This record gives sequence, C-alpha cells and structure tokens, in this order.
Amino acid sequence: MSDLEQFRAEAREWLQANCPEEMRQPLKSQADHCWGGRKWKFQSEAQKVWMERMAEKGWTAPQWPKEYGGGGLSPEQGEILNEEMQRINARTPVSNFGFWMLGPALLKFGSEELKREHLPPICRGEIRWCQGYSEPNAGSDLASLQTRAEDKGDHFLVNGQKIWTSYADKADWIFCLVRTDPSATKHNGISFALFDMDTPGVTTRPIELISGESPFCETFFDDVKVPKHQVVGELNRGWDVAKYLLTHERNNIGGQPPGYLRGRALGPLAAEHVGTEHGKLADAALRADIANLEIDNLAFQALLGKIRAEAEAGQGVGAQSAVLKYYGTELNKRRYELMMDAMGAEGLEWQSERTRGGMFAREWLRSKGNSIEGGTSEVMLGIVSKRLLGLPDA
Amino acid sequence: MKLNDEQQMLQDSVARLMADKGPVSRLRELRDSNNEKGYDEPLWNAMVEAGLTGIVVPEEHGGIGFGLVGAGLVAREIGRNLSVTPFFSTSVLAATALATGGSDEQRQQWLPKIAEGSAIVALAVDEGAKHRPDNLKATVEGGTLNGDKVLVLDGHVADLLLVAAGQGDQAALYLVDPKAEGVSIERTVMADNRNAARISFKNVAAEPMANGTGALQAALRAGRAVLAAELSGLSKEVFERTLGYLKERKQFGRLIGTFQALQHRAAQLSADVAMSEALALQALDACDGNADDADIQVFAAKAKAARVALLAGQEGVQMHGGIGMTDEFDIGFFLKRARAGGETLGDANYCADRFATLGGY
Repeated sequence: MSDLEQFRAEAREWLQANCPEEMRQPLKSQADHCWGGRKWKFQSEAQKVWMERMAEKGWTAPQWPKEYGGGGLSPEQGEILNEEMQRINARTPVSNFGFWMLGPALLKFGSEELKREHLPPICRGEIRWCQGYSEPNAGSDLASLQTRAEDKGDHFLVNGQKIWTSYADKADWIFCLVRTDPSATKHNGISFALFDMDTPGVTTRPIELISGESPFCETFFDDVKVPKHQVVGELNRGWDVAKYLLTHERNNIGGQPPGYLRGRALGPLAAEHVGTEHGKLADAALRADIANLEIDNLAFQALLGKIRAEAEAGQGVGAQSAVLKYYGTELNKRRYELMMDAMGAEGLEWQSERTRGGMFAREWLRSKGNSIEGGTSEVMLGIVSKRLLGLPDA
Repeated sequence: MKLNDEQQMLQDSVARLMADKGPVSRLRELRDSNNEKGYDEPLWNAMVEAGLTGIVVPEEHGGIGFGLVGAGLVAREIGRNLSVTPFFSTSVLAATALATGGSDEQRQQWLPKIAEGSAIVALAVDEGAKHRPDNLKATVEGGTLNGDKVLVLDGHVADLLLVAAGQGDQAALYLVDPKAEGVSIERTVMADNRNAARISFKNVAAEPMANGTGALQAALRAGRAVLAAELSGLSKEVFERTLGYLKERKQFGRLIGTFQALQHRAAQLSADVAMSEALALQALDACDGNADDADIQVFAAKAKAARVALLAGQEGVQMHGGIGMTDEFDIGFFLKRARAGGETLGDANYCADRFATLGGY
C-alpha cells in the first residue's frame, strides 16, 4: 500500500469513528454553518464535539503546519481528506475568514510571533475573524482608502470607517487595511493591521441587504488603540498583503455555488417544479437554458482543472484568477436565475415554512453580490485585458 | 487534463507542419484555382509521410494508434490554419468506424490504406438540412441500399463510402463502392470552401459491417469530439489575430485596444476560447479512456466549441471593421469555417438537446 493509500485508509477510519451522525448531513441552509469564535453558540452538542475533535487532529486547517495548530498535510493528502469527508457528507467542522484569508496571509507575510499568537486560536475555532477592506469611498478603487492609523509611539491610533465588513458584529478580531503614511502615493502608505473588535472605540452596524439579511456591517473606528506589533508584514507595505489575499480569494471560487444549489443538478430540480413531457422538461426554453448553463459550467470546470494543474507545476495562477472570478460568479448568478425560473411562484414565498423562510428568493438575491464583492466583474475584465491580453492603457 | 511528453511533441511538430505547408493562403489558392479535388494534395502527402493519416488506426493495421487526443491535436492545428485535407473524413470518421465495427476482412482491407494515404473514405449520414442520425430514411433491404444523402464530406473524391441506413437505434453503417451502378454524386462546394457532396443511391449493393451500429455511434462521437478540437483551435487563432489588430489599429488618435468597450469584449472572448479548448481536450481524453460520461462530455464540448467559434468569428469581423468584410483579408475564412464546422454532425442546439437528455431532463 502506498503512503497515500495508507493515509486514505487511516483518514477514513478516523472520520468513521469521530464524525457524529448529525454532522454527516448536508447543510440544510447557510444557518447550519459553524463559524466558531467567542460569541458562537453551538447549535448542538454534535456540532461542538465535531469541531473540537477535528481541531485536536489539526484538520480544521489540514494543510497548515502542525506547530501552528494545523494538520501538516501535503496538498495530495489534503485532497484525499476532502474526498473522504465528502464521501460521508461530513460537514466542514468550522470555518471563517481566519481560515480563508488571514491564515494564508500570516503564513506568507507574518512574523513568527504573530503566527504563534493568532494561528492556533483560529485552528481551535476560538477566534472568529472579519475583514476590513472596503470604505464608503473606496470600493472598486480600494487603494484610495482613508482610514488612518497615526503613530503614537507604542501604539497606532486608528480612526475611520469600513463598510461591507462581513459579520463584523459577530467577529472577535479584524484584519484591516489602514493608511499609515498619508504623504505616500496611494498604494504605498497602507499597512495591514490586526486588532480585537472589543477594543474601545470599535462599533458596528449591520446593513440590511435586498435579501432581507444582514451579513455585512458598517464598522466605525474612533480613537482605537492598536499595539504596534500587530502589523502584518512591513509597515506601509500592506497593499502587497491585500493584493495577495485578493488573488487568493479569487482562486477559491470553484464554480460550486454556496447554499441550496451546492451539489444539486439544476435539470432534475427543475423537473420537480415544471414537470416533464416524454421525459423532457415541459418548458423547452428553460430546458435549453439549463443545458447551456451546465455546458458552460463543464467548460469552466475543465479550465479550472487545467489552471490548477499548471499552478501545481509551478507556473503560477496570477491574473488567471481574474478569469476564474469573473466567469465563476457570472455562472453562479445565471444558475440562481434559472433556479428561480424553474421554481416560479413556489420560489417567491418570502416567509413560509415551506421555503424555510424564503431561502430560495433570498439566496437568489444574495448571489447578485457575487460579481461585486472581491472585485467587480468589470474590474476583473480590466485585469484580464491589461495583464493577460496586454491591451494598452487609455 | 495535461498533455504527456509524447503528445506535446506531436503537437509541436504538427503545428510546424500545418503552418509551413497548410496555411490559410493555401485555402485561398485552392478556391481561386477551382481545384478539382478540392483539397491540398501536397499537404496531404506530407501528412501521410508524418504518419498523421493513421493517427487513430491501430498499430497492427499500419497506424500509429495515438487515439483521439492525438487526432484532436492535429485537428486543432488544422483549425488554426484552416488546412484543407481529407483528414477529418478519412483519418477520423472512417478510421474510427472501421476500427470499431469492421469485420476482420474489412479492417485488413481498408485500415492500412487509410494509414498509408492510398484511400479516401467518406461517411454519409445526413439527409436534410439538419443532422438527425436517429431519424434516417435510407434503407438497406436484402443487401440493397436506397436513399439520398447530403453533406458527405469529401464524397466526390472518395474511394469508399460508409453509408448510414436504418431507423432509430438500428441505424448502421454499410460499405458502398462509389463507382457502383445506381450511385450518383453531385459535388457541393460549401461556404467554407470545403468539399461535400449530395449522393443518391438507387438499388445499390451495400456490404454490412460486423457491427455497423457501433461503428456509426463511435464515428459520430469521435467526429464531434475532434470537431470541437478543430473549432477551439480556430477560435484561438481568430482571437489572437483580432487581439493583434486591437494593438495596432489607431482611430481618434489612439489604439482601438485602449477602448474599454473593446477590452471587455476581448477579455470575455478570451475566457470562452480558453474554456472551449480545455473542454475539447477533456472530452477527447474521456473518449480514449471510454469514460462513463464520455458522451456527455463530447456533446458539451461540441456545443461550446461551436458557439465560441461563431462568436469569435463574428467578433473578429466586427473588431476588424471594414477590412474584416473584404475577401482580400483572411478573417472571413474563419467565420465561414466556424459556421460550417459548427453545423457538421449536429449544431450547438442539437448537442445541447442530447446533453440535456443524457442528464435526465
């Protein structure tokens, strides 16, 4: 038996013994996701046990180094663990911006001290992070951000406002872009700072979206004291960290929709709502639209596979991530439009038990943000045309 | 999927061969000289010499057995250069049909000839405006074929015809001598200047295959997958030519490639071209490995490639402006081939319909 086969067998056995039955069901909705953190209220004993067991094994962050609380797995082992978890429908034990974003940034840019301070609590699900990037006047033009951090000797004094801070009201700590040198050109005076959301002077206000939900907040900083050692990477070089993370974020868009449509084929789903005639969807135009979407999705997956294979061979993903972000999010929006076409009036119920409180319409509306957050589709097309195609600036 | 070293070498050498011996200017020469055979004989001979005509023919019959991924790599370069040869009719469709469903005798008689380039073999399936292989009118009764076929690629120069006849899933291929009594052949030059023919059969002797049904299915699947590869190569070429033009053409005192309206369309098209290429290769690989979802992959790849090639051709003409409308300029040849190649063996709508049916809806 090869080492990888050996690992697969062990992982399978361990998961079988340690994953509670209740955690082997697909998420019924986004609300079932375990975010962790100081304020987290576990939905059940099983959710708590599952997170703790996986954390102890290092498998909440399987590929992070063991000394920081991760599992120390190779990419191949990580893939195998993923497959084994999917095989039994095991839920992600815990996840938040600390895993997706801050961790990778710290591993690449952070000092040893910061890694040891912040990575293990993330792995244990004890600290939930949020991301402070956008500001009211710095959206697509993120580098024009104005939140200031003044040098006060032993600390920075932070003043300003962030917006679209995901779950800021539920998070424990924030990683935040702040201007530390107002005299430098806009990309050169930014630093990447970490601080506790309980620090005096931090307030948050949820923003209600068209979906009726409030995953994002406005976040206000009023004379917030931040210890100086909580800056990741070099002072005034925070844009390098931010750019790395944006690329990393775009890479993680795999064309798998979140929520209800994850892992569901649209054709059979539509058949439940509009019916069939002679084995074909009763609505011929909808059938063609769904087929064309799934064909585009297959093509997208083929390209994704190719780009990932090239990345593993060391050719780097770089600006290709803009292609993936653009196309993946546009596909997701199309998918939700077709889901609503298929569900008709049944999908429009906003409060009923039948729709779990309007889940379908709310997820459809939420998907509209996919092509805005993390860089709009238009910004992505600009990156593709300039950096991949070499088209000239105006 | 990723190419292995052998496949990579094949791709590099075919790319050189097609660019040297079969560029777009050869298509123009053939058209302008009203060439009777209608294909590029010197290029075909060079392909014979390089072993490409036997690319899917098993080694025991004189081929090189590179499979459909190999054929797709050749087709991609054909797409980039619009090279005109009987490669698709003979080396892909006929070779696959005979290798899959031919009797030992038929295989021994025809496959070595295909590999060594001494026979052109054409596949006759379609009967009307659209590709409907499960609704054929042609019949074979008591070894006698009757029916009318259209869009028989390279039909007027073929040494052997493989003719589809029979209803529904009983449809099968039969071997027919094009010189036999009762066969009448009308060459129909198409908009892309490729060879096709309308052929009618009146009480013609037809020889069954060992597995004529399997041969037809395999040929159609292989053909669609290889066409997807050809069209993806075509899309890439049109796109690169058009991108080059955006970087050199000036209007309003600046390069037109600085205009955001054109930049974004170019960026969108580049994504589609890359996806079309990746999916075509994946589908060919699925066929070679006889994967469970090979049919689904092939219908998806053909639909995607056909749509993207047409879009690339349209955008190519539009972004070149007036010069793109002239016959003197090459970009129009790509648009014409995109439409003809897209139509062959089932257009994007047909492929999407089959894709949906296989997906259970």
